[in-house]
Amino acid sequence: MSRYFTDEHEWIDVDGDIATVGITDYAQEQLGDIVFVELPAEGAKFDKGDDAAVVESVKAASDVYAPISGEVVEANAALEEEPALVNSDPEEDGWFFKLRIADTAELEGLMDEAAYRKFVAGL
Amino acid sequence: MTMLKEGRPTRPVALAQDKATANPTITGNKALMLEEALIFEIGSHETTGVDIAPAPQVKSRLGGLERRKPIALPGLSEPETVRHYTRLSRQNYGIDLGFFPLGSCTMKHNPRLNEKMARLPGFADIHPLQPQSTVQGALAVIHELAEWLVTLTGMHSVAMSPKAGAHGELCGLLAIRAALEARGDARSVVLVPESAHGTNPATAAFCGYAVEDIPATPEGRVDLAALKARLGPDVAAVMITNPNTCGLFERDLRTISEAVHAAGGFVYCDGANFNAIVGRVRPGDLGVDAMHINLHKTFSTPHGGGGPGSGPVVFSEALSPYAPLPFVEKTADGHVLIEEETAGEHHAGSFGRMVAFHGQMGMFTRALTYIMSHGADGLRQVSEDAVLNANYILRSLEDVLDAPFAASGPCMHEALFSDKGMAEGFTTLDIAKGLIDEGFHPMTVYFPLVVHGAMLVEPTETEGKAALDQFIVALRSVAQRANAGDAALKGAPYFAPRRRLDETLAARKPVLVWTEPEAVAEAAE
Amino acid sequence: MRYLPLTDTDRSAMLNVIGVQSIDDLFMDVPVEAQLATKIDGLPDHASELAVERHMGKLARKNMVAGDVPFFLGAGAYRHHVPASVDHLIQRGEFLTAYTPYQPEIAQGTLQVLFEFQTQVARLFGCDVANASMYDGSTACWEAIGMARRITRRGKALLSSGLHPHYVSVARTMARFTGDQLVYTTPRVDAEPDIQTLIDAIDGDTSCVVVQYPDILGRIGDLSALAAKAHAAGALLIAVVTEPVALGAITPPGDMGADIVVGEGQSIGVGLQFGGPYLGLFACKQKYVRQMPGRLCGETVDAEGKRGFVLTLSTREQHIRREKATSNICTNSGLCALAFSIHMTLLGERGLTDLAALNHARAVQAAEALEAVPGVRLLNSSFFNEFTILLDQDAREVARALADRDILGGVSLGRLFPDAAELSGGLVVAVTETTTEDDIAALCGGLKEVLA
Repeated sequence: MSRYFTDEHEWIDVDGDIATVGITDYAQEQLGDIVFVELPAEGAKFDKGDDAAVVESVKAASDVYAPISGEVVEANAALEEEPALVNSDPEEDGWFFKLRIADTAELEGLMDEAAYRKFVAGL
Repeated sequence: MTMLKEGRPTRPVALAQDKATANPTITGNKALMLEEALIFEIGSHETTGVDIAPAPQVKSRLGGLERRKPIALPGLSEPETVRHYTRLSRQNYGIDLGFFPLGSCTMKHNPRLNEKMARLPGFADIHPLQPQSTVQGALAVIHELAEWLVTLTGMHSVAMSPKAGAHGELCGLLAIRAALEARGDARSVVLVPESAHGTNPATAAFCGYAVEDIPATPEGRVDLAALKARLGPDVAAVMITNPNTCGLFERDLRTISEAVHAAGGFVYCDGANFNAIVGRVRPGDLGVDAMHINLHKTFSTPHGGGGPGSGPVVFSEALSPYAPLPFVEKTADGHVLIEEETAGEHHAGSFGRMVAFHGQMGMFTRALTYIMSHGADGLRQVSEDAVLNANYILRSLEDVLDAPFAASGPCMHEALFSDKGMAEGFTTLDIAKGLIDEGFHPMTVYFPLVVHGAMLVEPTETEGKAALDQFIVALRSVAQRANAGDAALKGAPYFAPRRRLDETLAARKPVLVWTEPEAVAEAAE
Repeated sequence: MRYLPLTDTDRSAMLNVIGVQSIDDLFMDVPVEAQLATKIDGLPDHASELAVERHMGKLARKNMVAGDVPFFLGAGAYRHHVPASVDHLIQRGEFLTAYTPYQPEIAQGTLQVLFEFQTQVARLFGCDVANASMYDGSTACWEAIGMARRITRRGKALLSSGLHPHYVSVARTMARFTGDQLVYTTPRVDAEPDIQTLIDAIDGDTSCVVVQYPDILGRIGDLSALAAKAHAAGALLIAVVTEPVALGAITPPGDMGADIVVGEGQSIGVGLQFGGPYLGLFACKQKYVRQMPGRLCGETVDAEGKRGFVLTLSTREQHIRREKATSNICTNSGLCALAFSIHMTLLGERGLTDLAALNHARAVQAAEALEAVPGVRLLNSSFFNEFTILLDQDAREVARALADRDILGGVSLGRLFPDAAELSGGLVVAVTETTTEDDIAALCGGLKEVLA
């Protein structure tokens, strides 16, 4: 399993043809207390860059983009009851949704962890 | 993902040296400041504060749909009711109590004559569907107010029915869309400045338009070159607020209008800030095609804790044929209300009806009373005093608070400050909460979005110099504390009915209605 | 000028502090050609309280006051007695002159009222939650249709023929621009509401069915089967209540399965006011709360752990979501919501039940008396406090002729449905606790004369 990062502060774990997507620790810290996550329906199909989810703090609602194209196979139901998971454990239990990857070539050019940490440090 | 963050804490932080309430009382009351429980906790289903005559015995005609279970509505007797709401009222800040410099909201004094006139039975106790011969005075009020609004704005006509400012925006954009459709011109984009009220893009999107931002110049105005470059056959309208939300007059509006018209589009002006120019500038002279007027801002109808508002829309000649129903016309035989029944011949282009009846009549009587009280001379004095008061505040505080556009000249009716220069960890929110302890309602905070940690102060013309001076002393002190990093400020307010409230908790686990404690306990099991 | 505190001495002192010579210097950013050199021509100057009062009083006296004559108008606005304490309390400056409660520490009064109001509305409608109010019933109705579209992702709304025609007009205006498909016909002259027709019309494209209860002709029908059919087809049932006093007597729509219940709250606490400001009521099932338009007040705690209230779930609203907001609505109808809530608190369960019983009984008396007038036929098999009578003449003319006799006898269907010739003999008659037996006798007598 390998983990990629985007410059939109999302992470992607790839396991076979399934990608798990969430937002990074840096992102959750910037957003503050998360109060609600609107997740995509199973079966929804996204092109890379489409609006896929919405994450809400008290004062702001931010769109989460599909980092790669694919079809949603599962959304993290735990976030509906416990949106705070995105704050407490953004890069593990606070994942958003899983996609069946349409085109693995889209993974090329994404950052690895080291590159992302460096990217964040430069912001 | 987008990274929208506002830097605004939404849950209170516990402070070590918190000046927690000394000498707590057993009741939670603090002398004149009385706690008040919910009606669901103090009322009962048997109590009533209204004596109703017994119903005559008749055979029910309810079609077998008689209510079968209780509604669970608590009642209070009249003395308990009066006390409940009087106590609650005392937990509110209002203009009657003190200075309320909420930028962009125009919290001016609400004259009591307005209230008295709106309550005359001839206005308060008439039905919207009475035969027109029985409501000639009411139709005359609508018509007289309409004439004042058209004259004051230099426009061609006015739609009176929109219920609030945002509803007026909708009215204006629907007329623009109807006008474009009538000439078979499908345009898809509305341009909105970055500094606009959030309602502008929301309204444009609601009318089916794609919204694009117009950038601002470093001095806080619309970037004319960028706007001109974007104009084209796909642009339906440009929405501009003037004076804008940074409190500055859009000098180039006339040029903008000409360019927009040349490109086949329309100019919508958000009239929320009309108070700054009423009697001195007519939007019609600037090429505006549609503008809403918030009667609850410029024309002093009360805000009532969040409405009702009233948002008549003035139109240029080009848009007038598309204005909504109903409206009032004056004829030789008296005033006529043009509705669906009579509109066909007169007004075939109307885009339709926006509300069930004729608009906010109660606000029309108040606004007309206010306008007549001021007259042409007084209204001009209104805008002059409003602008004078704002500039006095701007110049009296720019040495302790960053004023991003102060160098470029005077402001209009509101003064804009930012959080630049405050000590690490101190924000605009701390200034607002500090002002509460000093006995003032805070200014508008975190708006407009184009300025970091914005503070928008709109004093209005109904404040005297003494009130402004008091406010300046208070804000100066609070700003100095924020600049110096006075930790106690983070805990403010200390003296309000409540301390800072946990908005995160409210949003994560929304409790929107009261539930009997037994029911809550059962649900938890 | 009595509303302007600055004196000329103040003004010059302030100009000094600012560092300019004159007021005109503060308007330097306004191009000279756009400025008016003097006050606007042709408008009167300022006027004393006395002068304004005379003018407004003169206009007010040109209107026929509902309370001065036998009065039977309804059709979406109802005349009820409002207790004196309601108007006294809403005029407290802390309510009247407050703004939207954006600073909750100093707006707990407004916020607690909204929380109580939301609970009262939800309970009255038989729903889980309610918002802090909307502009009026017609706009609340349209907002509900839009909400159903967002939830079902379908665009066809079935509007009952019994829905207030002005509400239909408002929805049509909006739908023209949003692309929603609205299926609607004018009502038939029928003793029963059109529930079976609606049931038969529901299909897989239907987003919602909108049904008024009691309907525009005053008819009442059981909504349970309609709700069941809508839900089976994946559609929502929206019920519209224009006379909330009715729910003191009849089963609320939420109890019959309605997903969204909206209404006009004017009849409780607000008064007629020639059509506005009124009060849009909006309630729904808990599971749809995040798709709800308008402001919401929620309970929370403050830094000391005390219960308090805040505006919440505001990320749905325009000032945050901008073009992605659930609605462009910015204002609610706060002061009218306060009036409604105070009146409802004074009534309580017992008062509302008694009030509804009295309204119904008076209406039954009136219907029976009118049926005895030659040339008058009662349409409804069921009604609450409003029913339709059928005349063998154009009811618009009859209503005007009654007005000439100082009787406001009802709302003619010709005014509401100008294009439906078959309805022209219909007169909608509303009867409330304010109607006396003498009023009923006067209406019967007037009709006898006019119809003779």
